[in-house]
Amino acid sequence: MTEQSVTVAGSPVGGEIVTGAAPQDGTPDSRVSVKPKNNRAWLLVLPVVVSVAFTAVIPLMTVVNFSVQDIFSPDDRIFVGLEWFRSVARDPEIRAAFVRTLLFSAQVLLLEIPLGVALAVAMPRRGVWVSVALVIVALPLLIPWNVVGTIWQIFARADIGLGGWTINNVLGIDFNYTLDSTDAWITVLIMDIWHWTPLVALLAYAGLRSIPDPYFQAAQIDGASAWSTFRHIQLPRLRGVLTIAILLRFMDSFMIYTEPFVVTGGGPGNATSFLSILLSKVAVGQFDLGPAGAFSLLYFLVVQIVSYVFFTVLTRSGR
Amino acid sequence: MAEEQVAVARRAGRQLPWARAVFWLYAATLMLPLLWMFGMSIRPNEDILGSFSLIPQRTTLDNYRTFFTDPVWYSSYLNSIIYTSLNAVMSLIVALPAAYAFSRFRFAGDKHLFFWLLTNRMAPPAVFLLPFFQIYQSVGLFDTHLGVAIAHMLFNVPLAVWILEGFMSGIPREIDETAAIDGYSLPRFFLRIFLPMIRSAVGVTAFFCFMFSWVELLIARTITSVDAKPIAATMTRTVSAAGVDWGLLATAGVLTIIPGAIVIWFVRNYVAKGFALGRV
Repeated sequence: MTEQSVTVAGSPVGGEIVTGAAPQDGTPDSRVSVKPKNNRAWLLVLPVVVSVAFTAVIPLMTVVNFSVQDIFSPDDRIFVGLEWFRSVARDPEIRAAFVRTLLFSAQVLLLEIPLGVALAVAMPRRGVWVSVALVIVALPLLIPWNVVGTIWQIFARADIGLGGWTINNVLGIDFNYTLDSTDAWITVLIMDIWHWTPLVALLAYAGLRSIPDPYFQAAQIDGASAWSTFRHIQLPRLRGVLTIAILLRFMDSFMIYTEPFVVTGGGPGNATSFLSILLSKVAVGQFDLGPAGAFSLLYFLVVQIVSYVFFTVLTRSGR
Repeated sequence: MAEEQVAVARRAGRQLPWARAVFWLYAATLMLPLLWMFGMSIRPNEDILGSFSLIPQRTTLDNYRTFFTDPVWYSSYLNSIIYTSLNAVMSLIVALPAAYAFSRFRFAGDKHLFFWLLTNRMAPPAVFLLPFFQIYQSVGLFDTHLGVAIAHMLFNVPLAVWILEGFMSGIPREIDETAAIDGYSLPRFFLRIFLPMIRSAVGVTAFFCFMFSWVELLIARTITSVDAKPIAATMTRTVSAAGVDWGLLATAGVLTIIPGAIVIWFVRNYVAKGFALGRV
């Protein structure tokens, strides 16, 4: 039994589960068809429910509470209904930040997903270099987000950073992310690509590794080119992991805060002032509880809805 | 037969000739900003600002000496390590039984609960700033390691449940049934047989909890002030009136990468599967 268990638990990326054939849509039921029904299992889940209640539900209720009141002091507050929601939805600054964040997320997805897949295809598959490649690729993901900001704050500076210096002095292009809005945007975007493309690459790599060899054998017998092998064998098998990649990248880029905060602080002007940056300014900076609460809830709602739409579209279209 | 399969596998793994070169070129580009920061950490500040040079002219360990002798720096570094470790342990203890329940049983509302957990991963941390600030102050968890560890369970517990469930579902349920026939009670089976079987999954999950807690700044900064201040917060607050101490900042940056770089080596073979929440 131990012998077997080690192979199962210790199988490298994706041995066991994939042979279970059915495409996974992420539900617990999709892989194991018949599970015993047992409501006492709730006892096992209880600690999670309690911890999430404390860390998520209660704070969220507090936010709801804020959002419908005008709070002057802890004892002096009046109920204002949906007033804050209306004012937040009409606020031009928040609307601009919303469009900006959406644009950023769209660019992130369009650039990182193809780049990540390309990297995964090009990554070594066997030999000693696999480990080295995996560690190098994963390294940016393990760096504290503010340090990612610091790295690029330094690297992109024209006076002391290799990147900024090269653009200014070797390529002869005037580049300064602290003064020019476009330069700031490009710096933040490149930073995000540097930081998060590895996530897409690792996911896609795991997906590629799980493709059984007979697929390639068949392709070879048919004389398929490298491109059509990729297009008709590898890409379709990546559906599951790419769903996760797109979801994660959308959520995280839409919530981005720390990295641009460190590099540009949201500026110059409002050029890189994304929703989270604006929200924490309203909440912690100005301590406007009501508007911050309404802002938070609308923000949360948008992330949930868009994620749900992505999830539904991505998991349905293949069936 | 076996030889033939190996040959097929070898052919199947064949990539375009230039693909490998492109990959290593990317890897080198990826390392460039990191190496640049390392270069700055071993140079005196006047050199950094004074003259631009690709190779450091003079090297010094002064920045590292400052880091390890100034209590503000090294204590916040320790703070981060303490609360991330605490968080990983607590998240695992809470998530293990739940993941087992999700992978082995059907129960009322299981699917809804499972997805609802993931929605917490979608919540922008900025949403939780104000309530966290107030709640943690009122229950006396403000500025404590335990407080940060609990706050980070917000996103780490759902993540841990999802990853563990993915790995656990890869283990056939017949093992549970056999153990039950052999007279194992559920807790004893779980601790003596099941846990050793999924130890790599536990390792990967611990790694991800550690990682996401380690890289998070916004929440950790909001609910701490002095005693549990994370290293990341020290780094943003030290940009002061006297200007930016680039050398020291780079040094702190280099040192914050080290724990991640060490732990990733141990889980390198599972890291991709872990990022896929255990379901590749």
